[in-house]
Amino acid sequence: MASSAAVPFWRAAGMTYITYSNICANLVRKCLKEPFKAESMNREKVHFSLSKWADGKPQKPVLRSDAPEVSDF
Amino acid sequence: MLRQASRLISRSVTAASSKSVTARAFSTELPSTIDSTFVESWKKVAPNMDPPRTPSSFMKPRPSTASSIPTKLTVNFVLPYASELSGKEVDMVIIPATTGQMGVLPGHVPTIAELKPGIMSVHEGTDIKKYFVSSGFAFLHANSVADIIAVEAVPLENIDASQVQKGLVEFTQKLASASTDLEKAEAQIGVEVHSAMNAALSG
Repeated sequence: MASSAAVPFWRAAGMTYITYSNICANLVRKCLKEPFKAESMNREKVHFSLSKWADGKPQKPVLRSDAPEVSDF
Repeated sequence: MLRQASRLISRSVTAASSKSVTARAFSTELPSTIDSTFVESWKKVAPNMDPPRTPSSFMKPRPSTASSIPTKLTVNFVLPYASELSGKEVDMVIIPATTGQMGVLPGHVPTIAELKPGIMSVHEGTDIKKYFVSSGFAFLHANSVADIIAVEAVPLENIDASQVQKGLVEFTQKLASASTDLEKAEAQIGVEVHSAMNAALSG
């Protein structure tokens, strides 16, 4: 059955709306003037650790962090 | 099994009503959101059982639409990290819907519009405030309330024209050299967003 609704080009390429929206927002943020650009990049920093579980035990965690590395000294 | 059904249904209804604040209202008056055609056809099929409540009967009735069109539009413009405008009364907003620039006046027909990257302007008397919106949605309600949500919205003065030009050139090149569908889509998005910013800055 051919799809009746006209899909936007990004959905036809397999992208979801959230991905599209986030890409647009990132592009706008990159084109801001200086103090606003730094503020928005700061605001959008993420820090999370993700581990898949198998056999009731967590496997090796994947860490995604935009926070600067903190030294022990 | 079916003999127990009406007891089970009325038991669960009384359990819910003893906890919820709307219980007292429900026991004495009929909520206006009961679907009468459903109730009638239920009674034809199972006259001895009380009809079950449907999700819509739990909803509060929708806010009533004023009989005359209000003079002002109430705008709620929110971003994920800030509430830009909250309950602000304005004369008109122009939103960048995917179907084109849409002017919203008080009394606009209820609409849900997906927004494309573009300029949103809020008109209050002679005062016009413009924002560049990256993408989002606009919900226009029957009572002249407009809820506009965007992921990123910046005043036009904060956009750097030289970076927009650079980005436009870069993405136009990427579009020409893209191979997979996904790369083409990303490059196309880049071209669209940068062209919109360009048009916003020059228009």
